[in-house]
Amino acid sequence: MTTEENIWQLLEEVSDPEIPVLSILDLGVLRNVRVREDGHVQVTITPTYSGCPAMNTIAADIKLKLLALGFKDVSVNLQLSPAWTTDWLTPDGKVKLEAYGIAPPVEPNGDIHALFGRDTLVRCPLCKSENTKLISQFGSTSCKAHYQCLDCLEPFDYFKCLK
Amino acid sequence: MDLQHTPTAALQNYSPELRVLLFDYTLQLADTSLILGHRLSEWCGHGPILEQDLAMANIALDLIGETRSLYQYAAELEGKGRTEDDLAYLREAVEYKNPLLVEQPNGDFADTVMRQFIFDGFHFFLLKDLQNSPDPGLAGIAAKSFKEASYHLKWSSEWIIRLGDGTEESKRRIEKALSNLWRYSGELFAMTQTEKQLAQASFIPEYSALQPQWEAHVAKVFAEATLEVPQNVFMQKGGKTGLHTEHLGYLLTELQYLQRAYPGLEW
Repeated sequence: MTTEENIWQLLEEVSDPEIPVLSILDLGVLRNVRVREDGHVQVTITPTYSGCPAMNTIAADIKLKLLALGFKDVSVNLQLSPAWTTDWLTPDGKVKLEAYGIAPPVEPNGDIHALFGRDTLVRCPLCKSENTKLISQFGSTSCKAHYQCLDCLEPFDYFKCLK
Repeated sequence: MDLQHTPTAALQNYSPELRVLLFDYTLQLADTSLILGHRLSEWCGHGPILEQDLAMANIALDLIGETRSLYQYAAELEGKGRTEDDLAYLREAVEYKNPLLVEQPNGDFADTVMRQFIFDGFHFFLLKDLQNSPDPGLAGIAAKSFKEASYHLKWSSEWIIRLGDGTEESKRRIEKALSNLWRYSGELFAMTQTEKQLAQASFIPEYSALQPQWEAHVAKVFAEATLEVPQNVFMQKGGKTGLHTEHLGYLLTELQYLQRAYPGLEW
């Protein structure tokens, strides 16, 4: 295994500070790892949402992790393009999300065409009912909407579809 | 911690003139999303209900996230060592190039919704087109923010309908907001010299091509909301060339307070 592949594997242990069941690999925010000949490690990440306040923490966690493992010279860069989409959430990540109580993203998205159309069918992560209601497009973090289940009556977070 | 964007390789091939034009334009976009984001953040803790308080704070966060990318890119284009913080915190009101609409005070919830709706449609159609700019910096930021802007437009469109086609009081308030704010909509599409030159070079769209798309969306939502599109309104302008309403100075006083009182302070 090359050093770069090794670093990818090690970074599986860095998690999203706001959704700690997801690693940055599950989330798809880790984009690139480059090791220069002089040993400098350059890690590139991408934000889920522009204003995501977790990015600084994630960058710091990556740095600390790699420094603790003996890499001496590490820098983390932010790259916007190509823009992150919920398609980059791994299938494994979606299973972890639902088990954690957050409904994973489903099509269709919050596109302008959906304005006068049908609402997205979101399944309650607790009782699995599809009889749910959108409370607000904006929830506890940028990436989540706020739903309520009309069968078990529990409120829950839905990870918004972003394409 | 200082998390920097990956440098834009294409800049090495740009002429100094093109870099100045792109700097001016990027700065104008950044000022616009910063000022509107700041205005929305003033609602935090004061929203009419918790969900809408959260919605406005979320939209503010998206806009300020977009602002940071834009200021960082502007600083890179300028190449004089200024940082995103210098651009946001150490310029005077006359140096800000945001259109007048976004600096207007929050007023009541209907005023805020109307200001947001007028802006969101413009923002949505601009970013949609800007994703195809030959400039990778602008295209990348636009592609990122476009996805967020579609949620904003959905939110403000739904509220226009709910307030317009709601109770007698909500209707009265949204009509008042419309009559107060419509006069600032024209400036969004009135192109400055910088914008004209960049459009001519195909770096940004001609705004005359965006306007009909925006008008069609406004007409559709207003019809649903039982609101009339105002006709023959004299359009105010000036913000995009640095001539602002008195409101911007007060806003900047608060926004820039910490850096003015303690220059160079960092978290």
